[in-house]
Amino acid sequence: MRKRVYFDNASTTKVDEKVVREMLPYFSEIFGNASSQHDIGIKAKDALERSRRIIAKSIKANIGEIIFTSGGTEANNFALKGLFFSNYPQKNHIITTKIEHDSILNVCRWLETQGAKITYLDVDEEGFVDIEDIKKSITDKTFLVSIIHGNNEIGTIQDIEAIGKLCREKKVLFHTDACQSFTKVPINVGKQNLDLVTLNAHKIYGPKGVGALYIRDGIQITPFAHGGGHEKKLRSGTENIPGIVGFAKSVDISNEKDVRRMTTLRDKLIEGLLKIENVKLNGPVGDKRLCNNINVSFNNIEGEAIGGYLENERIYTSTGSACMSNTLQTSHVLKALGLSPLQSNSSLRISISKYTTEDDINYFLEKITKIVKKLRIISPLTK
Amino acid sequence: MGEIKNANGIGKIGNPTCGDILWVYIKVEKDKKGEEILTDIKFKTFGCAAAIATSSMITKLAKGKKLSEVEKINYKDIVDALGGLPNIKIHCSAMASQALKKAIEDYKNKIQIKKRVNY
Ligand SMILES: Cc1ncc(COP(=O)(O)O)c(C=O)c1O
Ligand code: FES
Repeated sequence: MRKRVYFDNASTTKVDEKVVREMLPYFSEIFGNASSQHDIGIKAKDALERSRRIIAKSIKANIGEIIFTSGGTEANNFALKGLFFSNYPQKNHIITTKIEHDSILNVCRWLETQGAKITYLDVDEEGFVDIEDIKKSITDKTFLVSIIHGNNEIGTIQDIEAIGKLCREKKVLFHTDACQSFTKVPINVGKQNLDLVTLNAHKIYGPKGVGALYIRDGIQITPFAHGGGHEKKLRSGTENIPGIVGFAKSVDISNEKDVRRMTTLRDKLIEGLLKIENVKLNGPVGDKRLCNNINVSFNNIEGEAIGGYLENERIYTSTGSACMSNTLQTSHVLKALGLSPLQSNSSLRISISKYTTEDDINYFLEKITKIVKKLRIISPLTK
Repeated sequence: MGEIKNANGIGKIGNPTCGDILWVYIKVEKDKKGEEILTDIKFKTFGCAAAIATSSMITKLAKGKKLSEVEKINYKDIVDALGGLPNIKIHCSAMASQALKKAIEDYKNKIQIKKRVNY
């Protein structure tokens, strides 16, 4: 049987063998609690702090500014709720966008029930926010701007340096969710004026259930989990040492060469897809797009039907269509770009990885061309 | 799958849950005993893989059957024939059986109109 072609790396990635090997001793050999004073605990603590240093260094932060969490969702919850509760009621306004991950949007919706005012900014047809819109939305009640760095559906990379500069001038905090961009696009918290940054491991060949929130020194934030006082009393709970060690390893082995290779393969894939009649790319082209993201709309056919037929060929993708999600809502991101529900339901996300080969791409293009032809014949919308 | 050029019943359905679309074409003919038989049935769909699978299944279940029997097919029969579907996909299979019902209604309306014209 042909090998699997996994093109759903924006959902999660295969854990790198090197990462697994690094993690293994921390399950049953150096299994100590990092708070214990004995040798086994101290060794665990050393591993914890070594990992923290690697992650801090990768975004040019100080080691004490990294708080480990259970992943991107928790880091986003912590950033928004923690800042809301330390600012409310003096300030209650957050500015965000319509294309955030659900772990931002649904927190915002909940915060609205707690007294927060939220501005959800529009984006242009490629998914970019307009700096002027942010500027105009800031009021004396605003304490936070939270904007996703690299978008998980359409790959748009926002100009966080410009946003950071504006926020610093206006004296509001700036948080960015960098789960998708981390290790793919440079992050420099000093140069880019970032106050809080969400990171996670499982998008970068690390384990699931581990991530971090960078919090600039001196920022007042309400703790996320109260308990034994771990993580500077901000996030209590015995640390997930194997996960954290794996997270650090995945950051350590990331490199620019992989990014360049993925970029070349991405563009080859896009070029091949656009050769099929009536296919439209969603999101930008070039270096403002994540190196592993492709999102296209196929006129007149349903994205999940394409995904289903691709799966029969052992190719794994995902859709922005209603059918795949648990909520049966069409993608809020594609809607924000101005796509109609039918266009949105006809979209497919293909997200490649450092393991993707040229052969995978040729195989994919050959299969999808046939599938699209077949599905268009049975579509009621084809003229 | 596809279209019946001289269909005498057409059912068009938009899925209220996901916004997808399904059209069904039927051809009904009377046999020697004057019994109405569904001699052909075809689908066109802008729907997901589950919608396509249920349409194919309905085709199998309905083709060649008496119209009175076809009318009794409901989406549970289809889901059972497919060996079950996850809850979230039930609306897709419902779409196929609803479109078929509409096509039969359309056929019956046309017969009515014909009868009236003949008087
Ligand atoms: C942009 C973005 N933010 C947050 C998350 C959530 O991260 P996690 O799965 O680690 O909770 C994801 C992925 O699931 C994501 O793509
Ligand atoms: S037909 Fe729309 S989700 Fe199945």
